[in-house]
Amino acid sequence: MLVLEGIRKIYPNGVHALERFTADIHLGEIVAIIGGSGCGKSTLLRAIAGLDRATSGTVTLDDIAISAPHAKIGIIFQEPRLLPWLSVADNIGFGLSELPADVRREKVARALARVGLTDKANAWPRELSGGQAQRVAIARALVPQPEVLLLDEPFSALDAFTRRDLQDHLLDLWADTRPTLVLVTHDVDEAVVLADRVFVMRPRPGRLFEEIKVNLARPRDRNSPLFDNFKRRVLTALDRSLDRNVPDAEAKSSAGEAMWW
Amino acid sequence: MAMTVELPALERTNPTASPAPGRLRSYVRPLLGLLLPVGLALAWEIVVWLGLSSGRLVPPPSRIFATILELAESGELTRHITATMTRVSVGFGLGVATGTILGAISGYWELARRLLDPTVQALRAIPSLAWVPLFVLWLGIFETSKIVLIAVGVFFPVYLGVMGAILSVDRKIVEVGRTFRLSGPAMIRRILLPAVLPAYVVALRVGLGLGWMFVVAAELIGASEGLGYLLLDGQQLGKPAQILAAIVIFAILGKTTDWLIEIAAAPLLRWQDAFGRQDGAA
Repeated sequence: MLVLEGIRKIYPNGVHALERFTADIHLGEIVAIIGGSGCGKSTLLRAIAGLDRATSGTVTLDDIAISAPHAKIGIIFQEPRLLPWLSVADNIGFGLSELPADVRREKVARALARVGLTDKANAWPRELSGGQAQRVAIARALVPQPEVLLLDEPFSALDAFTRRDLQDHLLDLWADTRPTLVLVTHDVDEAVVLADRVFVMRPRPGRLFEEIKVNLARPRDRNSPLFDNFKRRVLTALDRSLDRNVPDAEAKSSAGEAMWW
Repeated sequence: MAMTVELPALERTNPTASPAPGRLRSYVRPLLGLLLPVGLALAWEIVVWLGLSSGRLVPPPSRIFATILELAESGELTRHITATMTRVSVGFGLGVATGTILGAISGYWELARRLLDPTVQALRAIPSLAWVPLFVLWLGIFETSKIVLIAVGVFFPVYLGVMGAILSVDRKIVEVGRTFRLSGPAMIRRILLPAVLPAYVVALRVGLGLGWMFVVAAELIGASEGLGYLLLDGQQLGKPAQILAAIVIFAILGKTTDWLIEIAAAPLLRWQDAFGRQDGAA
């Protein structure tokens, strides 16, 4: 279990990014964190990853305190961040350098097949499309079999079609080993299609505003009325988190595409 | 200087546009560049042959070639080339070693940069040839002062190149290394070195060009052998063919050594997103 206890972050320049965030996230659960800009969602994710230290509060994974990057925690960023001097296969195997070469090769080959890029094994990252590159990044993060996978707006730079494709693909990969997923997103649709729980954050300072349980069976139909209902609940919460009036939210969700900025 | 001039990306024709004529053109295009120098040389050769000019001050290509052959047969040429090459190699080696080490320290460690870099930048502002009298006083007129002068010339571009390259390594890529918990040495080997390599190769090539420039300066100042000595000797004894022969050999050596760096680095830089690399333009 991933336990976040009173996480608080004040940057050296005085920006109060996050105020006492507390949550328990269970193994295999998918949690989406959504909110306006400046609500501390990326700060929170970086604290869980051990990339930045929180000013106070603790992150513990199975009773181990996390203060630096940990083997059981993988992360996927908004950009694929592939190493341009390594082939696609070597990029995926980057985190496996301690394994013997033949084991590594086999794991990489399996991961390549899993993300459907076997024919790109020897390509350079620059030869990939945005969606392919992000799939390589997902494979690279998943291949060491992390217990927790953190995703920082992983699909926001992709076009709508590729984004949906990768959301489905991510769920598919998740079902293999069922790691815990913590996903930061701007996209209400994405949050509702992926998450078991959606944490709506509130800005200045960033803090938890509302938690919405999405108890819909997977695979979820993006066009069902129930799905729409959850989307509307998240949108309403988002608008209330910014002290906007609610009818505005209704108008937005009925307008269809639910990119929320 | 021995740097390759590469075409701006936008001027390159798209190699996939028309495959058959494109391939033909890829053989013809480099030859186009030869047209002017070869044409001029031939024209001058004919002018002298027709007796329209004596060619005493500007010897025709055949006489330059004959001079090179003459020097080669007497074994003089080997001696001069060896002397010059030795100076360039040792000076280049020293310059690259110190430039790389100090550049890496300044790039990697901020305190060192604050301590070291202002001094290095101030020294860089001094035209390197201004050091010559001092080097001669300190180190004598023989090999040491020449090698040190060359090393100084090579040092600055390498130092700047390495430091700049390390400073501009993408922080986001370094973060990938952190998420995979790379140790300090592993971070250097697996992230920093490959990221820095392209800029380093450029720095080496610029450094080598300066090395060739400074070996001429050093040998003009006082030497009893070396290609620079051939230049000076040709001037003092009024042998323009010998001067031009030395210049031609400098050009060949400079281009060849630059090309050696390029092909040595090529397999390490295949990943680079160099526009038009596929059509062999580089």
